[in-house]
Amino acid sequence: MVRFDPVLAEMRFGSGLSPVIAPPASAAQMLAHLQGPDHAADRFAVETFTQYRERVIRVQAAWKVRQTERGSEAATLARKSVNLEKKAARTERLRWLGQQILRRTWTEDALRERLVGFWADHFTAQGKAGMLRWSATPYVEESIRPHVTGRFEDLLVAATTGPLMLHYLDQYRSYGPNSRRAAQQGGADGLNENLAREVLELHTLGVGAPYDQEDVRALALLFTGLSYQPEKGFVFRKPLAEPGVHEVLGVSYGGAKARLQDIRAALRDLAAHPATARHIAQKLAVHFVADAPPPPLVAHLEARFIQTGGDLMQVTAALLEHPAAWEPDLRNVKPPFDYLSSIARALTVPQTRFDALKEGDMARMLRQPLQEMGQPWEAPPGPDGWPEADGHWITPQGLAARLRWAMTWPAMMVPDLPDPRAFVTLALGDRAPEPVRFAAMAAENRAEGVGLILASPAFQRR
Amino acid sequence: MPRTDPKPQSTPLNRRSFLIRTGLIGCSVAASPLMTPISFAAAPGENRLVVIILRGAMDGLDVVQPYGDPALAGLRRTLLAGEAAGASDLDGFFALHPALSGLMPLWQAGELGFAHAVSTPYRDKRSHFDGQDLLEAGTPGLGQVRDGWLNRMLQHLPGAEGRTAYALGHEDMLLLRGAAAVSNWTPEARLRLSPQAERLAGLVMHDDPLFNAALEEALLLSAGEEDVPDMAAAPMMGAAMSGRAEPMGGHLRLAGFAAEQLRGHSRIAAFSLGGWDTHQAQAAGLTRALGRLSETILALRDGLGPVWGQTAVLALTEFGRTARENGTRGTDHGTAGAMLMAGGAVRGGRVTVGAGPNAWPGLAESDLYQRRDLMPVRDVRAHAAWAMRGLFGLERAALEQAVFPGLDMGADPGLLR
Repeated sequence: MVRFDPVLAEMRFGSGLSPVIAPPASAAQMLAHLQGPDHAADRFAVETFTQYRERVIRVQAAWKVRQTERGSEAATLARKSVNLEKKAARTERLRWLGQQILRRTWTEDALRERLVGFWADHFTAQGKAGMLRWSATPYVEESIRPHVTGRFEDLLVAATTGPLMLHYLDQYRSYGPNSRRAAQQGGADGLNENLAREVLELHTLGVGAPYDQEDVRALALLFTGLSYQPEKGFVFRKPLAEPGVHEVLGVSYGGAKARLQDIRAALRDLAAHPATARHIAQKLAVHFVADAPPPPLVAHLEARFIQTGGDLMQVTAALLEHPAAWEPDLRNVKPPFDYLSSIARALTVPQTRFDALKEGDMARMLRQPLQEMGQPWEAPPGPDGWPEADGHWITPQGLAARLRWAMTWPAMMVPDLPDPRAFVTLALGDRAPEPVRFAAMAAENRAEGVGLILASPAFQRR
Repeated sequence: MPRTDPKPQSTPLNRRSFLIRTGLIGCSVAASPLMTPISFAAAPGENRLVVIILRGAMDGLDVVQPYGDPALAGLRRTLLAGEAAGASDLDGFFALHPALSGLMPLWQAGELGFAHAVSTPYRDKRSHFDGQDLLEAGTPGLGQVRDGWLNRMLQHLPGAEGRTAYALGHEDMLLLRGAAAVSNWTPEARLRLSPQAERLAGLVMHDDPLFNAALEEALLLSAGEEDVPDMAAAPMMGAAMSGRAEPMGGHLRLAGFAAEQLRGHSRIAAFSLGGWDTHQAQAAGLTRALGRLSETILALRDGLGPVWGQTAVLALTEFGRTARENGTRGTDHGTAGAMLMAGGAVRGGRVTVGAGPNAWPGLAESDLYQRRDLMPVRDVRAHAAWAMRGLFGLERAALEQAVFPGLDMGADPGLLR
């Protein structure tokens, strides 16, 4: 067992050093925080999907008025209320972005935010149309966040039945060839394989695992009926469901009557598959340690996943206890959201600063930097989430944006910039390399000095 | 991978100080042989391809107006078409939207053409999000691949290296995403550091090869850009760009930068133009979007200068719009639309529809797709495939199996000279 390094713990497993929050004293304390109450979520609240559904229901009701009372004054008012609802949701989404930066800025339980980020990316879902376009944060708050210290199978079921996921991967209206819906439609092909394919390829077994197109199709047939309604959230729609037995990876699910519990059983079996343990172990090690992680670390995580039946608390403990996770050289590059959040933490940006931002300010000061650094907020390139490779982020364009924002963002967010000579130690602890200390001293002004510290690889890697 | 450098470890700091000493920084970076230490002896030919994705679904029926079709007038109450509405006649059947009149000299020179009634295989759901994904993935269905067709084309292009293709703009374009190395840049990324900050940034990044290489290249690209006039400051652009998220004149800077790279060692550039989702007041919205497209193409022509003759520009959109005008003087999401082709390598001066002279699908209600949209008569991917076959000599098998899996390219539409 290596000696616990609190500074490295904050950098690699948290959101960097804070000048006012003490780093964790031990791995045991980090795990104790995780097992305790979720203070950050309470302090910097965002909507759950259940709360967000109220917005969707209101818009749907207004649409109905527009359709049924065309040309009336009520229809005009309804149209206006739809536009106001959309605008409100867009604004809220930016406010929630601020809340999520604040969680990382002020938490003592920094690893929890990182785990939420990791699993939200693993189960990437985005809204493609209508009011769902702004609901990714509520999806994560409800379907991901409560499960990151629980069992992987529960997380998998929650994410797979999350309304946003059912929408994003086109599951909600997929129907089987022998379903009641198909009979109504004259036997038209209504099966959509997207969710089934991604559950196997991305969420559980991994792309190299031993499954084939037959398994994808069988799982897609089994998944029919998974759907949602604004009024209820997730629903199992029997008219869409394909009756019969479906064989996935050699196991038979279902029977004459389609039942939700058969789908749950298949998901739990997939969660327990050895290929899933390997896939998750590899992804965790890549995310927290290095693009090419040490194989013994991956093997250790994989073994713990299998031994504990996918108990994520135990798998996280296995990550913190392995010496290869504490290699002192910083490796991974922080993606833009993590980078910006760690800047906010190093500067202790107060909640009042975020509260004072108007919608245009939030777009300019929160959304725009992320977009320019290559990570537009809640718009990852596909269901596989954001790339992990350092080279994806540190491109000429990406690095130029980081440099520009490192030199300008701090002055927008705090009234008085710190003295760079002191800030270099606050931000990097005893790990500040000599050239960074020199740059902090030799810079022309405070903004450039602070910016150079924040732009240094020592701050951008973890 | 941590701390590995894709580029050779050739003392980039020294290269940069050499450039500064010799005064080479400030002149065109792309033209400088020092920019590409990697061998460019095997550069993939002399032809150039620019792909512009028109995001939001351009109304092909309003841009290239089939005013010779008797059904058109009845479908569109306020969106007027033809010469009487100020459009330029093209061939007696089609007329070009007035906002593209600046491109008529290109049409007359045979350097501008269109393909009409084209679409991707995407049908029925009419979602921008999915439609654009499918257009850029180049596959028959969604979720089949994670890379883009232009990247897969690069993988079949002998001599292609990281500088061969540029994705321009802030977005990570699916079109160019994939295993082949490409360059990304946007003129807004330009670094303007004080000399002291630039020196100190070099110092703090010096020992990290990944950061060091990226910084060097960013500084070189930023320096090279001083040559491109700062169009953002041009007051004439104010009205055309108002209400847009992009900085004013951003399209001209993209086009200027693309042309600069293509004059050098690059052969492919791709970027996006938005503003095509004209559900309301289409007459005004489409005029603005077409104005930007027209300016972009003219800026490419001017910037490419002598190599315009070896260039093909393809402007593609995710789907067309409804044949019928809606209740808010706009149009809604449809199916088939039009594709624009420009450049000296293009055999222009004509509107290509399907395989023959009688291929126009017609606008009578029974001729429309689902009685609402222009019926597609050709897969737009076939046009892109034939263009790439002509420009870069790719084998038909590679195009039909790897670049556009499952595509039947059909007969050669003769898009290039």
